[in-house]
Amino acid sequence: MSELLRLTQIRKSYGIGTPIETEVLHGIDLVMQQQEFAALIGPSGSGKSTLLNIIGLLEPATQGAISMQGKAINYTDEKTLTQQRAANLGFVFQFHHLLPAFSAIENVMMPRLINGMSVTGAARTEAEALLDAVGLKKAMNKKTSELSGGMQQRVAIARALSLKPALVLADEPTGNLDTQTSDEIFKLLRRFNTEFNTAFLIVTHDPRLAARCDRIVELVDGNIATDRVNPAH
Amino acid sequence: MKFEFTLAWRFLREGRFQSALIIIGVAVGVAVVIYISALILGLQANTINRTLGAQAHIVIKPLDETVRNVLPPGTTLATIQPKAQRLRSVDNWQVLMPALAADPDVVAVSPMASGAAIAIRGEANRAIVLFGVELDRYDRIVELSTKLTRGSFRLNAGEVMIGTELAKDLGVDVGDRLRVLTTTANDQFQISGIVDLGSRDLNRRALYLPMRTAQNLLGIPGGATNIDIRVRDIFSADGVAKRLQSVGLVNAESWMQTNGQLLNALQAQGVSTTIIRVFVSIVVMLGIASVLVVSVVQKRKEIGILRAIGASRGQMTRVFLLQGALVGFVGSTLGGMLAALLVAAFSALVTNSAGQPLFQIEIEPSLLISSCLIATVCGTLAAVAPALRASKLDPAQAIRV
Repeated sequence: MSELLRLTQIRKSYGIGTPIETEVLHGIDLVMQQQEFAALIGPSGSGKSTLLNIIGLLEPATQGAISMQGKAINYTDEKTLTQQRAANLGFVFQFHHLLPAFSAIENVMMPRLINGMSVTGAARTEAEALLDAVGLKKAMNKKTSELSGGMQQRVAIARALSLKPALVLADEPTGNLDTQTSDEIFKLLRRFNTEFNTAFLIVTHDPRLAARCDRIVELVDGNIATDRVNPAH
Repeated sequence: MKFEFTLAWRFLREGRFQSALIIIGVAVGVAVVIYISALILGLQANTINRTLGAQAHIVIKPLDETVRNVLPPGTTLATIQPKAQRLRSVDNWQVLMPALAADPDVVAVSPMASGAAIAIRGEANRAIVLFGVELDRYDRIVELSTKLTRGSFRLNAGEVMIGTELAKDLGVDVGDRLRVLTTTANDQFQISGIVDLGSRDLNRRALYLPMRTAQNLLGIPGGATNIDIRVRDIFSADGVAKRLQSVGLVNAESWMQTNGQLLNALQAQGVSTTIIRVFVSIVVMLGIASVLVVSVVQKRKEIGILRAIGASRGQMTRVFLLQGALVGFVGSTLGGMLAALLVAAFSALVTNSAGQPLFQIEIEPSLLISSCLIATVCGTLAAVAPALRASKLDPAQAIRV
């Protein structure tokens, strides 16, 4: 496996220059390989979501360097950040964050539409196949507001994989679901990890799910406390 | 642009009630602008037509005769009595005519021999003005043929056409005869036609006759007291008159000089219409902007998601600009239809005693097209601030909310 992501001494502070300046990440070093399936765990307020946002190029680090597939990321170039997000990253959020004005299949094809790619013919067939893979082929034309929480999360997973990104960042993808649905969603993530050779970094509070990942990174008070390969795998 | 257009349309469709309200707002605003513009244009055209119906846009006259001081320089006179202006011909008017006609702004040129006279029929007599014209040329100046109410539009030797009020005052009609008396001659004529010049005063005084006959009656054989001119753009008459005056020893007087008050009234109307247009446009723009600002707040999360999954700032800006443009375009199209209904209602309800519309109002296609274009541009401009706000949303923060 080759290197996918490298974080070097990532620091993040909020309220810089004010009396309430707070550093929430204190120099994170992290390397992820391609096709890796890793869990990011830690107590609330440990900086998991902030780290995920920095990796997802949604917010800049205060200090440190980040490179993706060997290329250094320049946070000041908004255009490159947008292109990198579109080309290499997929997102799955806790509250699915689908677009309610669009149907399930339209949500899945949205990344293609944003990138000016075709959304008919083969592209549509591919989107249908993705929805079929998450068990939602029959509901593909339904508005997302008509779907259950579990179904919405499956649509979100299909959308994240729409452009076959190198890395999917999942922020508590099962945090809002019951145990059985959580298991199903987790199985789906695992399946796509293998089928699409996509790496996953999953933020979770659920020790059961973390235990099923290949690698577990634990964040405590803005530092990596432990980073271990799961002996069970 | 497919992404931007799809999203803009869906966002508008999703907020149906909100979108419908603002589109209705734009439609009403645009309808008011189109209706008022059409009404004022119709009113102005009607006023100009009635007032200038029988008047040339520019009249070329000989220069006024003045008293010359023949005393040695430096001699001061207590009073200089103004010289009485006798009836005179424009110098070299035959040479001047083609030169005037060659001006690119001039549409038609017509010579005239005009002066005061008295019309007599039996015991009735009236002070009149003789208009000695070459009928074909003169018709191109004031479209006299369209003003004929009775008889024939012709001026053979011994024939005259008179105004409707003069006919009434003298108790004459087509085919009757009347006598015309000037300070130097008198003659009898048969009435070939009766014309309505749109002004009671003109109708009471006007008598049209062949130019040669008028020259003889007025004692200016071969002369033309003035040259009438019609210009391409009625409101350019003043400028054209000044230009024509500078080329020769003549007096060029435009309708704008002789009808100063009318011009002021027309200009005041024009300014009022512009003010109404500007304020309605501002209100429409504020309406669109406020709805889109609310939309940006409501769609905060969606904007964040779209930015996270690869939409650029530029794309988000364009989504909201397009929404503004769509609201402007759809609203103005409906507004155009509403304005057409209002005009139809005005024409049907506001009528004269004969049941005819008080005056003709028409919505020019150019007015409709320009209103649609302006409303679309205004909608786009109104969306600039909300669009920039949307593009500046931090995706991480928007998603967190």
